[in-house]
Amino acid sequence: MAVHEKITIAKAINASLRASMEADPKVLVMGEDVGKLGGVFRVTDGLQKDFGDERVIDTPLAESGIVGTAIGLALRGYRPVVEIQFDGFVFPAYDQIVTQLAKMHARALGKVKVPVVIRIPYAGGIGAVEHHSESPEALFAHVAGLKIVSPSNSSDAYWMLQQAIAGDDPVIYFEPKRRYHDKSRLDTESIPDPLHKARITRPGSDLTLAAYGPMVKVCEDVAKVAAEEGKSVEVVDLRSISPIDFDTVQSSVEKTGRLVVVHEAPVFFGSGAEIAARITERCFYHLEAPVLRVGGFHAPYPPSRLEDEYLPGLDRVLDAVDRALAY
Amino acid sequence: MTVEGTAERKTARDGSKRTTAKKATTKKASPSRARNSAGPDQAEQDELVQLLTPEGIRVEHPDYAIDLTAEELRGLYRDMVLTRRFDAEATTLQRQGELGLWASLLGQEAAQIGSGRALRDDDYVFPTYREHGVAWCRGVDPTNLLGMFRGVNHGGWDPNSNNFHLYTIVIGSQTLHATGYAMGVQKDGADSAVIAYFGDGASSQGDVAESFTFSAVYNAPVVFFCQNNQWAISERTEKQTRVPLYQRARGFGFPGVRVDGNDVLACLAVTKAALERARTGQGPMLIEAFTYRMGAHTTSDDPTRYRPDEETLAWEAKDPILRLRKYLEASGLVDDAYLAAIEEESDVLGKRVRDVVRAMPDPDHLAIFENVYADGHALVDEERAQFAAYQASFADADAAAEGN
Repeated sequence: MAVHEKITIAKAINASLRASMEADPKVLVMGEDVGKLGGVFRVTDGLQKDFGDERVIDTPLAESGIVGTAIGLALRGYRPVVEIQFDGFVFPAYDQIVTQLAKMHARALGKVKVPVVIRIPYAGGIGAVEHHSESPEALFAHVAGLKIVSPSNSSDAYWMLQQAIAGDDPVIYFEPKRRYHDKSRLDTESIPDPLHKARITRPGSDLTLAAYGPMVKVCEDVAKVAAEEGKSVEVVDLRSISPIDFDTVQSSVEKTGRLVVVHEAPVFFGSGAEIAARITERCFYHLEAPVLRVGGFHAPYPPSRLEDEYLPGLDRVLDAVDRALAY
Repeated sequence: MTVEGTAERKTARDGSKRTTAKKATTKKASPSRARNSAGPDQAEQDELVQLLTPEGIRVEHPDYAIDLTAEELRGLYRDMVLTRRFDAEATTLQRQGELGLWASLLGQEAAQIGSGRALRDDDYVFPTYREHGVAWCRGVDPTNLLGMFRGVNHGGWDPNSNNFHLYTIVIGSQTLHATGYAMGVQKDGADSAVIAYFGDGASSQGDVAESFTFSAVYNAPVVFFCQNNQWAISERTEKQTRVPLYQRARGFGFPGVRVDGNDVLACLAVTKAALERARTGQGPMLIEAFTYRMGAHTTSDDPTRYRPDEETLAWEAKDPILRLRKYLEASGLVDDAYLAAIEEESDVLGKRVRDVVRAMPDPDHLAIFENVYADGHALVDEERAQFAAYQASFADADAAAEGN
């Protein structure tokens, strides 16, 4: 792996799994079709060939079983990295994740650890049928005991997954599937940021755009267009949804005075609501405008020919930027 | 045959008693018959592995021989008596307001002590929330079981100290943890086994079916020990299944057996055999311990609303402790002095349980924030600091008031 190579996010995740498995013989990869097929997105391509079927485990088609047995393996000292095939299929495992995985460390008064990482290809934009394009991050972030992250580029994808696997807490690792094949720089040598640190990916002075995962690219595109119109927009890639690095968002908003939060998930009760409330509390006297949110509607994820309307795109985010700047 | 895969056990059987035992155990039951009476009907009775009749008569079974020393037999009796006493104390403590809830094991002592005493130290147990007798066998201090019922914690023991996982309240979840743990045992090349406890109600849960699938597919060394106590709160087993539960295993590709769950010797023998299968790479096995919950599901329900008295009375005649006592007395293995000593020991245990429970302090307020995450979490840190400051503000106010 060369330093500063341009690589797709999918390949970066593959390289990350490979590095984790090489570093720690207790790391296992589990899921439906992760072996010979290499996963439906080929993210685990070649791992079973190199690490064998005892470490890259094709499982029965049963999500609760996948997560539940991963918990048992973690209790035995393993570090399972579980793949849920698509976001909408995680719900059969939701009980195991919420009632068992999230709480077991606390229930045992800290005596046991359950370092299970759950990889979920998530969110829309690929023209899929229903249940293949959901953004359930708020449902998990609401649960104490879980950590939630979502990378937006190849270096983060590479490092954040290894950090998630090395940590002792359960982590839901949301992979922005519409970005799987986007290429970006992979730096395998620089010391990575901490897993839950937000990052300013583009500086600006008039308004802050906060996003994570698939929406970071949209926000960067918005910032470029806004710049052409003479508006200076700062983009914060949150990277982590639980916990959220509010300090970085706060210092950005104290500088710009305006915040728009962008995510694909429905706005109602979404992560944008949490960010808006906290930042309003922290930055009340710095804000020049109410915190605005752009996201999905309170409707089932639409059929794919409507998803361009449903998902926040350049125009809807620019509209929110204009509204915020108009105060 | 009531079970496949136990051919290797036959060499140990007592040939002299085989004829009568075999006659009583080879009759096949009709799998489509639904059960709706109090206790098993005759055909199902025939399927039960039994080594000690309700009258305390020792019988043999062709597949499950067991030969225990006098001391071991007395030990099983002591275990059951002390466990029942502990359970009775806990029920009383709940009635006195010292515990918020209690799930009694009354009537299930043989199933739990028999299976629990079959385990090796390096085996691992995944209980539901009623396995007080199994915890006893694992050496977990019984007072540790009471913390969650008193509301001072969600489980007061280190699971790895006794290889006894925390109680699991969501029905059936732990069967998957047991299966995953067993997959890990297998990967480690260890020769220990894992046992998962659950009830007849849990057999309806998807997680239990999924654990059967996973354990069969991976040939995991796990024993599923279902205590069919006939009632899932107010619902009879017939609301959970149309076939005897042990027969479900066949469809998943591993053997199932029904044992008399009120017969401690049979529970011990069958569990030992199942664990041995698991240890020697022969995969999972399902044991259905056919037993009866003599009390309420928990102290918050009222079985008189849903359960006929005559049924309870019929099962009282099959009491697991009484039948072993009859056998021990008839065999001259115990005398009045021994029985009195056990009674005295149970009095001491009862007093200790009462004293420890009443002395359990409420947890520190900031315990809310402890161990939410292993590696910490910024929001938890922030909320802990805010709550600590809020609490401290009362101390400041109190101090100021005293100063005035």
